[in-house]
Amino acid sequence: MPDKKGNHSEIPDGVSRRSFLKGMGTGAAILPALGKTVEAADLENRFGPEPAPITLTINEKIYHLQVEPRETLIEVLRNRLNITGTKVVCDNGSCGACTVYLDGAPVYGCMMLAVKAQNKQITTIEGISQNGKLHPVQEAFIEADALQCGFCTPGFVMSMAKVFEENPKASLIEVKQGLAGHICRCGAYAQIFKAAENVSKRNGG
Amino acid sequence: MNKFEFAVADSIQTALEELNEHPAAAKVHAGGVDLVGELKHYTAQPDIVVDISEIPDLKWIADDAEGTTIGASVKLIDVIRHEAVSKKHAALQEAASVVGSPQIRNMGTIGGNLCQRPRCWYYRDEAYHCLKKGGDECFSVAGRNRNHCILGGGPCYIVHPSDCAPALIALNASVALQSVKGKRELPLEDFFILPESDATRENVLQPGEILTYIHIPAHAGKSAYIKFREKEGFDWALSACAAALEFSGKTCRSARVVLGGVAPIPWRVRSVESYLQGKEITEETARRAGEMAVEDAMPLAENANKVLLTKAIVKQALLKLNA
Ligand code: FES
Ligand code: FES
Repeated sequence: MPDKKGNHSEIPDGVSRRSFLKGMGTGAAILPALGKTVEAADLENRFGPEPAPITLTINEKIYHLQVEPRETLIEVLRNRLNITGTKVVCDNGSCGACTVYLDGAPVYGCMMLAVKAQNKQITTIEGISQNGKLHPVQEAFIEADALQCGFCTPGFVMSMAKVFEENPKASLIEVKQGLAGHICRCGAYAQIFKAAENVSKRNGG
Repeated sequence: MNKFEFAVADSIQTALEELNEHPAAAKVHAGGVDLVGELKHYTAQPDIVVDISEIPDLKWIADDAEGTTIGASVKLIDVIRHEAVSKKHAALQEAASVVGSPQIRNMGTIGGNLCQRPRCWYYRDEAYHCLKKGGDECFSVAGRNRNHCILGGGPCYIVHPSDCAPALIALNASVALQSVKGKRELPLEDFFILPESDATRENVLQPGEILTYIHIPAHAGKSAYIKFREKEGFDWALSACAAALEFSGKTCRSARVVLGGVAPIPWRVRSVESYLQGKEITEETARRAGEMAVEDAMPLAENANKVLLTKAIVKQALLKLNA
């Protein structure tokens, strides 16, 4: 599983510049990305252009499927796997509707090729509730009526959940920074921030 | 999006060999954010995409007495969170922190930020075969140009979209470029080229060549990056200023000042740099520096506001360093 906060590849400190530039002594000093399940050497390293077999780990389940390299992660989730909680709006990396976690970090599923999501833990909106119980951020959205059409909601929930995972008592400014990659065309911002305020308060913030 | 083959390189050598086999038909994928956009809009139509994001040698940040070296495939979020960057190179940290949105910083790499293609709406629109795509007209000249350049324009009037580039140039960074033929190192400043020398590209990268490392030499100065965006949370710069100053006491000993969002390349303002030498940074010097920075500006029909913005942003960046 990805860790709570880090979820990015580790970069070793204190490597001297010379050995770095010469690319010497690499292997041992490199830490693999957290949550990586397959050794780099095992990577099937060529795909397509016709559909090619890939393996994705989504909400802790493993899927084997055939995709073309040009298929984005969001297309594969929605159209091939019928995991449709995550929405597509702009399909252009500007609105945040398609936000999923990759090794715990929010990314735009519409700007990522599905082949690149292999060997990573993918979490979608379906994966953030636990044992059929909604995530506290989802509860807060319902309570504050933080949506109209609801298309932006799964994305907003993912990013807001991440903000509170990193700081349970996050301030409004931190929430806004964490949600900067989202747009709500219905303009439910006031209620979305109200939901955030409620979560923060409940956590003692 | 057209069909393409996708090759994941496990070393710099594999990537270079792969690119060398298809010099004209290959594109490099690092974080993929800009490339996927290009593929969707057919501004890139490769037969093969070579992924360099898994190459261990390109995912390091190394810091020692000589300076800080960053591999091209290091994600922006990891640049932002790295201690050497936040302690020593504030301008880079501030610039990387205002790139795109959190999602983009989690996906995008530092190398990709330097090599990304411009945001010009004519360039990005399939319907326009503009100069940058090998056509014979820059549609911004007679068209909508409020986001275009006020300095260094012609025959194409894009602005360079990178936030990290002006910051890194202010920090006197150099880059390593590699191809099967070997490796060359050059100041980042010389990496970028104006449209007057070639409107179809923004830098000196040759087919088959990749940007592999960025090196920031150790310095004793202070630096800052100030960016103005139309949409505050998530946008490219309308105008930005990176400044790196060295002081003796209160006096500025040397300065490097680079503008973003206003020219087809990160725009170094040497007149400002020499003006600041030997001066204290006061309200008045900062204001004067802002005026000098736009002395050569030639705004287009819709972007004269960038002149005023840039004056204010240069002033703000300098005063921040004095505080
Ligand atoms: S659908 Fe991906 S960012 Fe809008
Ligand atoms: S609720 Fe409709 S876009 Fe946000």
